[in-house]
Amino acid sequence: MITIDKLTKTYNKGQVLAIKDVSLEVKRGELFGLIGPDGAGKTTIFRILTTLLLADKGTATVNGCDVVKDYVKIRNNVGYMPGRFSLYQDLTIEENLNFFATVFGTSIRENYDLIKDIYIQIEPFKDRRAGKLSGGMKQKLALCCALIHKPAVLFLDEPTTGVDVVSRKEFWEMLARLKAEGITIMVSTPYMDEANRCDRIALIQKGQILSVDTPAGIVGQFPVDLYAVHSANTHKLLREVRNYPGTDSCFAFGDALHVTFKGGAAGAHEAGAGPAGLTNYLRERGLADVGMEKIPPGVEDCFIQLLKS
Amino acid sequence: METVITTDKLTKRFGSFVAASELSFEVHRGEIFGFLGANGAGKTTAMRMLCGLLTPSSGKARIAGFDIYHETEKIKRNIGYMSQKFSLYDDLTVSENIRFYAGIYGMSIPAIKQKTKELLEELQLVNEAKTLVRELPLGWKQKLAFSVSIVHDPEIVFLDEPTGGVDPVTRRQFWDLIYAAADKGVTIFVTTHYMDEAEYCNRVSIMVDGVIAALDSPAGLKHQYGNQSMEDVFYELARKAKRGE
Repeated sequence: MITIDKLTKTYNKGQVLAIKDVSLEVKRGELFGLIGPDGAGKTTIFRILTTLLLADKGTATVNGCDVVKDYVKIRNNVGYMPGRFSLYQDLTIEENLNFFATVFGTSIRENYDLIKDIYIQIEPFKDRRAGKLSGGMKQKLALCCALIHKPAVLFLDEPTTGVDVVSRKEFWEMLARLKAEGITIMVSTPYMDEANRCDRIALIQKGQILSVDTPAGIVGQFPVDLYAVHSANTHKLLREVRNYPGTDSCFAFGDALHVTFKGGAAGAHEAGAGPAGLTNYLRERGLADVGMEKIPPGVEDCFIQLLKS
Repeated sequence: METVITTDKLTKRFGSFVAASELSFEVHRGEIFGFLGANGAGKTTAMRMLCGLLTPSSGKARIAGFDIYHETEKIKRNIGYMSQKFSLYDDLTVSENIRFYAGIYGMSIPAIKQKTKELLEELQLVNEAKTLVRELPLGWKQKLAFSVSIVHDPEIVFLDEPTGGVDPVTRRQFWDLIYAAADKGVTIFVTTHYMDEAEYCNRVSIMVDGVIAALDSPAGLKHQYGNQSMEDVFYELARKAKRGE
């Protein structure tokens, strides 16, 4: 449904590299996630695919259409929700939706079924101006406007950034329903925990793809054993585990530390090294309540690991 | 324990709408206090009052020892503020940004010179002093933004979603800075949408529909609500919100 072949894009006359040799394929009906921090190049990829920006090198197609030659066709067949709220602030909810329907030669009634679940949540406020809406309502309106012409592909650039946990959960449930309608969705997010909601994901950093796979596949590639280490005094624990000679990496994850050890499985059984030696090491330094267990890695662990290599 | 923020039934109404209702809580010196809430719960309104930018409708509060109605200018001088959205001037150099913020807070020229030297060394940015901020990697920018927000040695620093959109490693390095500042006695008042970061706070409050629905240590909250993680606690409280955001 979407093919990207060695796309490169620079800004400021070649001084700033946005993306380099990015290649990807998204299948029909897939919910595909671009996962990476600000400045990784996610928005550049979206803007090239939605024909709003020309790449320096490489080619891309959306629904069989070339992003340069067939840009008019693409524009009629895709929905795009940019990262920055881009609706008309001084038009009401209903006026905005009517405007986008009219521009695409359709009407709210014609495709109402597609947006109904989302629209009924904001319909009570349909006479309110878009500029006066809360973040969660703006997000729902923007999604309705991007859907009103029943696009084959939906591009969502960081729809959940700055949105609270409850609204984020609701939003991903909406995406699952749209996927069930057969719409191909490409969505970006800086929240690693949202990766599991996607069929496949690309981890992206500094304009380059680190890895592309299903979330389970990405997690399966984690190269070493990962341990969760707990103590009531997380702050002190963090300092001491970092000082431990056998520690390879150590990062705080909520109320635990996620730790990998040098030497992989071999180091694990040597006295004074690996996980076996850590508990003693910490006890000698006044941390008696330490708990440790081997855990399966998450997507965020994998991202950190990939940044390291 | 010494308190640096005390509020008593602090309330803000906009017409008939009660944005923040009878907020009563205390924050201790050197504490990392997480201020959480759903979108539209009233966090921004509360923060604006605490920073001396918005006059409350009723209730009392003292920030760094100053009254929230009559001493707002003193409050502003004794707090720092940093947000993810806007913190540094991209078209000024590293040292110009430090000088700008220090100047805004009324530091003397010799003090600014001294502070600039210290900060550049501490941040290992001595060689980048004359580099435009826009050319710095995001992680360095974050560190610099945090450092300029406490350049005037404030009692409290307010951090408004300081880690939004930052990569997982940089996000954790940023928390190292927060810990270091708290160890020096700076009180940290922080909002975030990352629930794992809520676990790093000493205590956390969760606002729902304009009121503080829960306030305790992360361990205490998880125990109280019988949940595994702060995300579950937050979800359980925030999904009960009735307010149309």
